[in-house]
Amino acid sequence: MRILVTDVAFRYPNGVQALAGVSLAITGGEAVAVIGENGAGKTTLARHLNGLLRPQQGRVLIGDWDTREHTVAQLARRVGYVFQNPDDQLFERTVRRELAFGPRNLGRRQDEIEAAVAQALAWLDLEDVADSHPYDLSLSQRRLVALAAVLAMETPIVVLDEPTTGQDAAGMALLGRVIEDLKAAGRTVITISHDIDFVAEHFPRLVVMAAGRILADGPTDRVLAQTGLLAQAQVEPPQLVRLATALDLPGIPSTVDAFLALWARTRAQAGRERPDGV
Amino acid sequence: MITIEHLTYTYPATNRPALEDLSLHIPAGQFCAVVGANGAGKSTLCYALTGFVPHFYRGRIEGRLHVAGHDIAVTPPSALVGLVGLVFANPFNQITGACYTVREEVAFGLENLGVPPAEMEQRVARALALTGLTDLADRSPFALSGGQQQRLALAAVLAMQPRVLVLDEPTSQLDPVGTREVFTVLGALAAQHDTTVVLVSHALEWVATYADRVIVLMAGRLVADGPPSTVLTRPELESWGVGATRYTQAARRAQAQGLVPSGRPLPVTLPQAVAFWSCASS
Repeated sequence: MRILVTDVAFRYPNGVQALAGVSLAITGGEAVAVIGENGAGKTTLARHLNGLLRPQQGRVLIGDWDTREHTVAQLARRVGYVFQNPDDQLFERTVRRELAFGPRNLGRRQDEIEAAVAQALAWLDLEDVADSHPYDLSLSQRRLVALAAVLAMETPIVVLDEPTTGQDAAGMALLGRVIEDLKAAGRTVITISHDIDFVAEHFPRLVVMAAGRILADGPTDRVLAQTGLLAQAQVEPPQLVRLATALDLPGIPSTVDAFLALWARTRAQAGRERPDGV
Repeated sequence: MITIEHLTYTYPATNRPALEDLSLHIPAGQFCAVVGANGAGKSTLCYALTGFVPHFYRGRIEGRLHVAGHDIAVTPPSALVGLVGLVFANPFNQITGACYTVREEVAFGLENLGVPPAEMEQRVARALALTGLTDLADRSPFALSGGQQQRLALAAVLAMQPRVLVLDEPTSQLDPVGTREVFTVLGALAAQHDTTVVLVSHALEWVATYADRVIVLMAGRLVADGPPSTVLTRPELESWGVGATRYTQAARRAQAQGLVPSGRPLPVTLPQAVAFWSCASS
């Protein structure tokens, strides 16, 4: 399902101009990460995708729906939004009830609801806490519950606002698997994140924002190669890219395997170029 | 500054201790990072150091815990205000909701201690400057982005000038520049002002760059303790749920695949990684 953001501007009541003419086209099945410094407008943009905010200028199309002409409840059929702070999202007495709330409000049959809940619980490794109160769980677990509640709605578009915050190594690996599963299933995944290492590994397209505008938009490796632009947006390249740059390796490796292949290739090339082959 | 001896703590209505037989000494002015998987007891340790455990959470506590000369088990949290500050993982849990502006929010604790207005203004201005919030001082705390709120939570505690600063993932929502600024401030507080810093973080590259010492918790127990370059390259880290920086991962995999000679110490930070690969190339 296509997303089309055209020349959107938005100013909060306190006068902060959060978006100033943002345009963006995302085709169905794409995985896109939006990065930029705090206050760049990332969350404001994301909240335009599910109708929590409406453009004061320009328009946002989700498929053929103009967000100004549909309710948040209607848009929730197409766009699942995982909040940055799970406590903004969770309110039910148990994790299971939390996950069932969305599909029930979409009018799904009971057997469909149960199947969606069971799948989301298994996906996020939450089966053991299914009957716990969400607020008896740790903050990082509540974040996974918030994600599971959105996944249970089976929307074609999933928007994740800072999904890696507070996650340990196992949580990061789990999130990575979920994102790869969503991509494989042809669902559109959009994330806002400061975790540039995670983004480089899982998102092939990068949008860089600063001061309510889009500074760059393109394939992740090409965007990460624009070091001056990243500095302007207060973004640091991923660890492996910084290392490759420091070692003068000719490439933008996004994974450990890519870095090792680049290093081995460069070393072999240097060996061949020496006159004595030594 | 902090002495923990055989500390075991169990939350009410649970059987498994959140902290188990923990012993630790952290001298004044040390920057000590705490890492571990989620559920390892890191936040509970923060709560214990600040008296929330056991005075707010109740539960069963055994062993000894002394912070800034106070026995935490018998010292009311009010007596620790000004000595020990806690920055919560979720700034929403900390922002009072009683203040109209960022400036008032940072001043809130000082007002409650009766700090004279002139001094209060000075301390608030300094805390705002240290956290990059000066330009947002007149904005409502609830009109800030998530990262800006996290800076505000830090500013409010810095203004109190505690001798022991306990921070539970204070940079989890910050951009890289903000993260660097926070770590720089914490490093300076420890080095120049003798503030003892206990920091919970998953940001291993920053921890390795700034912390004097890293301790690893797993299931409430202390499983590793030492300098960052030693602790953060331990092969058991993955099984402890901590992970490793990409620098460590790449070097370890290269050694395992025979791409570089084994035995060389693994890097944790960028300068260490550059040195590692430069040696491997020569």
